[in-house]
Amino acid sequence: MVNIKINGMSLTVPKEMTILEAARTANIEIPTLCYLKEINQIGACRICVVEVKGARTLVAACTYPVAEGMEIWTNTEKVQKARRMTLELILSTHQRHCLSCIRSGNCELQRLCWLFGVDDEEVYDGSNPEYEFDDSAMHMVRNNNKCILCRRCVAACSRLQKVGVIGPNERGFNTHIGCAYDQNLDEVACVSCGQCIVVCPTGAIYEKDQTQKVWDALNDPKKHVIVQTAPSIRATIGEAFGMPVGTDATGKMVAALRRLGFDGVYDTDFAADMTIMEEAHELLERIKNGGTLPLITSCSPGWVKFCEHYYPEFIPNLSTCKSPQQMFGAIAKTWYAQKHNLDPKDIFVVGVMPCTAKKFEVNREDENAAGVPDCDVALTTREISRMIKRAGLDFVNLPDEDFDDPLGESTGAGTIFGATGGVMEAALRTAAYWLTGNDDSAPVDFVEVRGMDGIKEATYKVGDYEINVAVASGLGNADRLLKKIKSGEKKYHFVEIMACPGGCINGGGQPVQPAHVRNFVDLRSLRAAVLYNQDKSDKLRKSHENPMVKMLYDEWFDHPGSEKAHQALHTSYKVRSHF
Amino acid sequence: MVRSHILVCGGTGCTSSNSPAIIQALNEQLEKSGLSEEVKVVRTGCFGLCALGPIMIVYPEGTFYSRVQVDDIPEIVEEHLLKGRIVTRLVYDETVQPNGEVSSLDDTGFYKKQMRVALRNCGVIDPENINEYIAYDGYQALGKVLTQMTPEQVIEEIKASGLRGRGGAGFPTGTKWAFAAAQPKGQKYVCCNADEGDPGAFMDRSVLEGDPHAVLEAMAIAGYAIGADKGFIYVRAEYPIAVHRLEIAIKQARELGLLGNNIFGTDFSFDVELRLGAGAFVCGEETALMTSVEGNRGEPRPRPPFPAVKGLFGKPTVLNNVETYANIPRIILLGADWFRSIGTEKSPGTKVFALGGKITNTGLVEVPMGTTLREIVEEIGGGIPNGKKFKAAQTGGPSGGCIPAKHLDVPIDYENLSAIGSMMGSGGLIVMDEDSCMVDIARFFLEFTVDESCGKCTPCRIGTKRLLEMLDRIVEGKGKPGDIEKMEELCYYIKENALCGLGQTAPNPVLSTIRYFRDEYEAHIYQKTCPAKVCKSLLQYNIRPEKCTGCTLCSRVCPVGAITGTVKNPHTINHDKCIKCGACMEKCRFGAIVKE
Repeated sequence: MVNIKINGMSLTVPKEMTILEAARTANIEIPTLCYLKEINQIGACRICVVEVKGARTLVAACTYPVAEGMEIWTNTEKVQKARRMTLELILSTHQRHCLSCIRSGNCELQRLCWLFGVDDEEVYDGSNPEYEFDDSAMHMVRNNNKCILCRRCVAACSRLQKVGVIGPNERGFNTHIGCAYDQNLDEVACVSCGQCIVVCPTGAIYEKDQTQKVWDALNDPKKHVIVQTAPSIRATIGEAFGMPVGTDATGKMVAALRRLGFDGVYDTDFAADMTIMEEAHELLERIKNGGTLPLITSCSPGWVKFCEHYYPEFIPNLSTCKSPQQMFGAIAKTWYAQKHNLDPKDIFVVGVMPCTAKKFEVNREDENAAGVPDCDVALTTREISRMIKRAGLDFVNLPDEDFDDPLGESTGAGTIFGATGGVMEAALRTAAYWLTGNDDSAPVDFVEVRGMDGIKEATYKVGDYEINVAVASGLGNADRLLKKIKSGEKKYHFVEIMACPGGCINGGGQPVQPAHVRNFVDLRSLRAAVLYNQDKSDKLRKSHENPMVKMLYDEWFDHPGSEKAHQALHTSYKVRSHF
Repeated sequence: MVRSHILVCGGTGCTSSNSPAIIQALNEQLEKSGLSEEVKVVRTGCFGLCALGPIMIVYPEGTFYSRVQVDDIPEIVEEHLLKGRIVTRLVYDETVQPNGEVSSLDDTGFYKKQMRVALRNCGVIDPENINEYIAYDGYQALGKVLTQMTPEQVIEEIKASGLRGRGGAGFPTGTKWAFAAAQPKGQKYVCCNADEGDPGAFMDRSVLEGDPHAVLEAMAIAGYAIGADKGFIYVRAEYPIAVHRLEIAIKQARELGLLGNNIFGTDFSFDVELRLGAGAFVCGEETALMTSVEGNRGEPRPRPPFPAVKGLFGKPTVLNNVETYANIPRIILLGADWFRSIGTEKSPGTKVFALGGKITNTGLVEVPMGTTLREIVEEIGGGIPNGKKFKAAQTGGPSGGCIPAKHLDVPIDYENLSAIGSMMGSGGLIVMDEDSCMVDIARFFLEFTVDESCGKCTPCRIGTKRLLEMLDRIVEGKGKPGDIEKMEELCYYIKENALCGLGQTAPNPVLSTIRYFRDEYEAHIYQKTCPAKVCKSLLQYNIRPEKCTGCTLCSRVCPVGAITGTVKNPHTINHDKCIKCGACMEKCRFGAIVKE
């Protein structure tokens, strides 16, 4: 511990702390732009400068460590002026289309300009390079004219995700973020995870907006438009409407979607239960018949694409199960279509997803059970929130409503899919039931695979089997885990991998939280808690107990792993180039 | 038995003025004359007087021949080496006395006030032969520290010498070593910054080209002092001769066991690797350099942690520049007291300067700290050519400041230079005469730093660019009242807020020229004139009809057809067409064309 003074106030703080963290303990927020805790501590933007007694220049609070006797001032005239000038300089290079910018009202630069009283936006205006939009990828757009070069996206891509397809190109005033040799994003091995988007402080990177397609479908009387919401959406959508992080907004979400005019408001949790039936079956088949192990989950399309690009040798390990979004679409356009006497072509399936890679997934090959794409549009939480706002729906004050039948029925197992370890736990619940000879007293809680650690491991004795499992979230962790499996250092039967750190609740399509929240609030745990609370209070907590699932197998698919199930609910993968 | 040595400069300056061909011609001619056994030709490093290259010295007489051409070789061999008659027409005129006698080079204006410590072997030994280095006491200092001194004693000696970093900031070298030595045992590194990037600076290059072993020896000493077994030299790929000679030096040192395992039979092991820089100026900044060595984009990182605590690959690292290292073996051998006897109290020792610009003796000089700028410019540098007046000297490269005539008598050391708004920097010294426009000079240097900014931090990336745009407007005659104050504000902001030394010093040329030559800025902004008649937008070429003879020469050389007139009648310039290239004025034999 060291003794320091901030703005004349004496504090004792751990000596490993930076000035920024120390100030936080005294409830002083030092503004930041480039700083992202643990992954981007580069001192580049200079917004966080403070005065330190004896220092030759102002120092960056985000990287400067405290020391015994240090005296710090965070709000002097000099500091405020410096921050204002930094903002003015940034503004001189920033495309100021603020009125209609996708991040208007939620832009970190805008907030700071307001906070520091930047009243002349043009004071340092000069020449600027003009950057073309990169809208080549299916899931996102990059507009470097709004980029402030904080490099948070670069850090997310390379440090968090170990993908590293973006970085600074050129230097000095011409520095801009892009792919190597300024290739377009669709020409490189981007996995579409969208982690770059959720860390961007401005409107320089954003999901490819597909809301118009959904509005058009809703306005088309010939279309039967149904919507499914992924497990994690209920835990995050409230944030887009100003509700606290960790608010369960399931009922209001359903009510809002119904009021948008969807013909059916369904739950991807139901399809998650279906996924468990197929995947647990696949696991047991592989264990019993000497199939390729470990079996690795395939629900996360960012992870699947990562595997295809960077670890093609693990493609045989990937579960052939489609993701819940795609299983839902497949069921909607086959069984549901027949049941409602609809032509699959007239059904328009919208997924509300925590994920930008889902936009890529709907376009994958071998995902068209009824001869048309299983799913038509995947919207992110952010896009659906914008639709709800545009429709004038007072989300916070809507009544709580329930999902429609029949595809709205789900269990706690389906719900926890939205957090890291959830798929694993759900699959174990059903596998344990089957391996114990359909014993209802088989365990439900597999707590070792819960929590926000990047890599989790456990060994479970189920029936006569001892099953080794591992869970990784965030592709950087996946990379570490796969290396260990590849080298033979680790042997597992079943592995869950989610592309985004913490799982879908922290997906690239989730509401953007500014860095000052992201750095100091444990978003992942708060959001995940919503799902685990629902699971705990759910009467049905095992996928095989879902009556809709039972009915579907009775009526349509016969049994898990049947030929019909394979046709509709399973898919294939392909090797994609690394460069 | 060799009776005569001919030292031919193989530094970059003389190499580009074709000294390799001279060496070849010499060898051929000596062979032809049957003197091969008696006369030995040695290719050395830089002598310093680059303006007179190619240079050679013939020993034992010590005859200094300058601007030697291949055609002169037969005469030199025939007359001097065969017959013993000095070829006076090629002798550097400053060494020729009025009575025709040839005096020692050391008595010339250029060398008299110099003292060569870092450059001691440059121009003396063959840098590609380790034995010549050893003959000049080479590797004795390393032997001494390994066999007679503890690491603590080595650090104490360097501390006592008061040696300060010659890369620019002037941090005490011994203190830096002590910090790294104090870190827990384990992997540590010694790094050499040979990424000399200041335009016009070539002192480090000359040391590497002329005396590479001095750097290797010093790095090994540093390794012993801090407990490191591995060194990296980060050298620019644009220095091919330096790289080549370093490669040879490392190989030879390894062969003799002066690098590698168990040096001098002790349990100290040390080896050195080269890393070639791709030419980014910012990689001379220590943290950017290390980032580049690690294989990443060369960008600085925040300090603390300082390299001595967490440097290369996250390990404690000592990083010094070439010239700093070049001083080390001498300090070990001759002692801290000897070193302290040179220079000033706070800045002991010597400093090498690369002298350039409007000065007679362009070249490399090494002087004791405390020498005045006037001594360097007027005595060593031989003054300003063509009878022009001294206006300012830029020290510290593009990050330094411009020093006006009124400070010519300030003794040069770290503190004095920064007190007058400049800095030591790595030792670039560019002299400007009355024809230089100080606004244009500031713009020129700033353009360099804008171009070389890495783009990481906001103040440097955007701030310097906006500053440059303001200067652009001023030299184009579009300056507005308030611009000077706005620039000053931006300069101080950049200095206070930039991430690394590059940004923090980038505004120096602007600030120092505003400080000393504010009237020139005001003339550009308010009167829309350039007093030095440099800024094209603010001047016009006119023909004085009373002097013009109508010879038509000007209209014929004008590349854009802007000059019209008939033979034997005064011509006129069409200002809408004129691109102000000055070709007409240069050609006019009657002084009829003026810039105004």
